[in-house]
Amino acid sequence: MGTLDMNVREIVTLLDAEVITGGERMDKIDVQRCFSADLMSDVLARSHNNGILLTGLANIQAVRTADIADIKAVCIVRGKTPDPSAVELARQKSIPLFVTKKTMFEACGILYGKGLQPVGD
Amino acid sequence: MAQQGKQQSVMDRISRTQEMVYEMTVGEVMASKMVTVRPDHTMAEFRVLLRDNKISGTPVVQDGRLVGMISIEDLISALTDNALHALVGDRMKKKVECLYTDELLVHCIAKFSKLGYRRYPVLNRDNELVGIVTKSSIVEGLLRKLEIEYERSETKENSAPPRPTMRKFFEDVFADEISFTFKYNVVGQSLKHAGKAASELKNVLKNLGICPPLLRRIGVATYEAEINLASYTQGGEIRAQVEKWGVTVEAVDNGPGIPDVEKALQPGYSTAPDWVRELGFGAGMGLVNIQKCSDEMVLKSTVPDGTHLTMRFYYTT
Repeated sequence: MGTLDMNVREIVTLLDAEVITGGERMDKIDVQRCFSADLMSDVLARSHNNGILLTGLANIQAVRTADIADIKAVCIVRGKTPDPSAVELARQKSIPLFVTKKTMFEACGILYGKGLQPVGD
Repeated sequence: MAQQGKQQSVMDRISRTQEMVYEMTVGEVMASKMVTVRPDHTMAEFRVLLRDNKISGTPVVQDGRLVGMISIEDLISALTDNALHALVGDRMKKKVECLYTDELLVHCIAKFSKLGYRRYPVLNRDNELVGIVTKSSIVEGLLRKLEIEYERSETKENSAPPRPTMRKFFEDVFADEISFTFKYNVVGQSLKHAGKAASELKNVLKNLGICPPLLRRIGVATYEAEINLASYTQGGEIRAQVEKWGVTVEAVDNGPGIPDVEKALQPGYSTAPDWVRELGFGAGMGLVNIQKCSDEMVLKSTVPDGTHLTMRFYYTT
């Protein structure tokens, strides 16, 4: 029956994450893929069809990158507080932004285990 | 091409039907209007009931409770036994397989093929008879739902105005030469605003009707170019020109220039200062990404005059 759709709200619950912005929108967003990186060029090098981004980068460029690369939502790992400018841009661009205290490894493991797919080249 | 599309949509709908079997419940396909008999009716009365309603079996109900099922097979055996005056209650099947309103359709279908009965009474969880399911009511229920979804998707498609494409626009406009130019200034030595030009440009091109995959490629390449201007130069500008055949994006600065262009194009080669790396860039992948995203890339640089990067993107069908 094709690739699994996972609701962004479900991801927030799985990662025990705190929603920073976009809470009202995320119920309507389903994703199939996930990419995790701290280097934005690595993110930009791939196509993120219906994907979310897990990153340790908490500044505005994480959100900029998501916007440019058509990424549906951004999750910041290791409990970092996002820069106010990042939050503002996420709000402007309607990109849900949330923070989990889990490490990148753990967050990836959970989502992979639940069936999220890697992104393509 | 159209034939292929049609086939695809038929396949989509077949797999959709398979999915629906897992989503729909017995309650959604059952017929809640049904003919029933009482156990104190005679088989002769039952025969008239079958004939008048053009059915082949009914539930047997006493005081609102299901007590059995009776079908045309029971009538035939009663005829053979010359027992048309026998009571329905004496000739009915008392051991009845039931379905519940909240059971998934997939279980119901499995029951049909496993047990071979032609109709099943449907009960709610208070064990009250609320409907009946036959193979034809399943088919009708599925078709009804499919039709509703199909209509919904049709109206959705129709309500969205057709997206103008850049190509179409240029086809409709007559001039010897025509293009749109967009220019953005980029501040150097700071990543604070980097990406704004790429984001704005992407927005503009989206409004002009450029398709999403191309939009993403242009966005990513422009963003990387903008990051380079912001990280390594004293500032510069991004110029985008939208033409009949495609889009050209240029990133131009006034120095300091790249000493070794060939080396700069190697994946992973970077001269980025720490502050750039801390902000998530400077991994030596920027120009590589630009090359990957654009259909054509020309990088010209002289020290100390500056760098001129040209990226071209073609509209595809």
